[in-house]
Amino acid sequence: MKYINHESVVKRMISRLTINKVFKVIFFFATLFALLTLAILFYRIITQGVGYLTPEFFQNFSSRFPAKAGIKAALIGSIWLMFVVAPVSIILGVGTAIYLEEYAKKNKLSDFIRMNISNLAGVPSVVFGLLGLTIFVRALSLGNSVLAAGFTMSLLILPVIIVASQEAIRAVPNDVREASYGMGATKWQTVVKIVLPSAIPGILTGAILALSRAVGETAPLIVIGIPVIIQFLPTGLLSQFTALPMQIYDWAKRPQQDFQFVAAAGILVLMIFLLIMNSIAIFIRNKFSKRY
Amino acid sequence: MAQKQVTDQPSVQELIAKSSNKKQKQLVEKLIPIILFIIASISVLTTIGIVLTLIVETIIFFKDIPVLSFLFGTEWYPFANKEPAFGILPLIAGTLKVTIIAVIVAVPFGIGSAIFLSEYASDTTRRIIKPILEVLAGIPTIVYGFFALTFVTPLLQQFIPDLKIFNALSPGIVVGIMILPMIASLSEDAMSSVPNSIREGALAMGSTKLEVALKVVVPAALSGIVASVVLAISRAIGETMIVSLAGGSTPKFDFDVTGSIQTMTAYIVQVSSGDAGYGTTIYYSIYSVGFTLFLFTLVMNLIAHAISKKYREEY
Repeated sequence: MKYINHESVVKRMISRLTINKVFKVIFFFATLFALLTLAILFYRIITQGVGYLTPEFFQNFSSRFPAKAGIKAALIGSIWLMFVVAPVSIILGVGTAIYLEEYAKKNKLSDFIRMNISNLAGVPSVVFGLLGLTIFVRALSLGNSVLAAGFTMSLLILPVIIVASQEAIRAVPNDVREASYGMGATKWQTVVKIVLPSAIPGILTGAILALSRAVGETAPLIVIGIPVIIQFLPTGLLSQFTALPMQIYDWAKRPQQDFQFVAAAGILVLMIFLLIMNSIAIFIRNKFSKRY
Repeated sequence: MAQKQVTDQPSVQELIAKSSNKKQKQLVEKLIPIILFIIASISVLTTIGIVLTLIVETIIFFKDIPVLSFLFGTEWYPFANKEPAFGILPLIAGTLKVTIIAVIVAVPFGIGSAIFLSEYASDTTRRIIKPILEVLAGIPTIVYGFFALTFVTPLLQQFIPDLKIFNALSPGIVVGIMILPMIASLSEDAMSSVPNSIREGALAMGSTKLEVALKVVVPAALSGIVASVVLAISRAIGETMIVSLAGGSTPKFDFDVTGSIQTMTAYIVQVSSGDAGYGTTIYYSIYSVGFTLFLFTLVMNLIAHAISKKYREEY
């Protein structure tokens, strides 16, 4: 009456449990790989770049000599760029999200717009550069100005902002909308006074993350012909300018060894810029997020 | 006291009378949806703009270069003075080399981390590791390019002495690191959405955690995992700065990963950062390459979309 061979069961159990443990370690190391890479990357860039991070680095324009090269034009240029990208992309993104979530009827047209947005998110940034080159730089003859680059970048990050805003608006429960209608508010009043205020933390968090993508994006700027060696600060929206990633790209490409350290210092400035933006996003998320 | 406060404020009737500027209100209510619709249509216009731009300029390019020699040509020498050759296969080969290496790096590590995070890690570990992966995903690609050129390539050269300064291997690996967080986080989302009851059922039958992960959770989340990989491939194909900095600018139609290559994206960057005059064949060639690139990524995105839509399992 002995159907179960106790010994073979124990043996099989032990091997199965061992395999389980081995794989747990393997999966753990797979996760560790990404973390380790991140650590090496930060370590390399900090040790290479920190020596060049002097006050002069922020006061000088770029130069043929590594010791004199500075990041002033690029840093100010990136800030100018943000002043165009932030309002344009947020107005377009939030407007689209409000339309899709609050106004659009469930029909083929709104399905098409949604489908289009998810496809737009997958278009490579360099292709957006070609769009910007044709439409903004040439057809509207804005040249390689702050405005042309800003419009191009706004379209590039538009899908990200739309999706983030949609999620934030969707998270506002329907009860509060109905309560607002019940008090006699119109649709637009409800959107502006009830829905948007509670969705704003989510929208801003998503928008800032999208903007930080625009700060680091290089390829579209190269394609629309943003110059790298500029010895003046932008004077207006139609002025020529350069941006942080362009400047880093230029330095990283140069053959002299010393420029690698300058590039690393530039990357540090870029990363600090991004860190500040992300801290603001986290601060907003923690401070203003409201739960129903 | 309370009485006085009430009388100080305008009565409800007054308020209604004040705000019943009805005509203006109705106008606003009618105008707003139209304005919002116009804003929403900008995203559609962007797509139309991209497609039209690429098609129009590519057609001009095809007036100079026959379509067949572009699609099947194995030589890409746009800057040759005498007989420039515009066959896109070398650029596609460069792109595919980098993409395949990236996938080889990213898929095992990405799915491995996803399984660890979703099946093995404690809540605390997950709460620490997920934001770090987000940081990795947020690093600008120019920084990865610099990392590939100044760290990964010299490191690999110690093991492979034949490796050139510009090669396919180093940017391939770094592109893999770049798309890893995407695979890890999307796959982890797919695995986490497998209901716990199924896991518990398998555990109750005496499965080990590994068996639960590989035989229950991964098959149930497979569509999400595959979709994440396809999306990541699309990102790798479109990646520009890493390959521009570390890949070189020598388009070659072969299988060598140790020598200099050029991808479709890197070619567009090379032409744009030089000064190819407006209206030359070289100028239009970046649109034809861009169009090819766009089609590649579009197909990948549509596949990913179809997979996650069609095979989504509902519990």
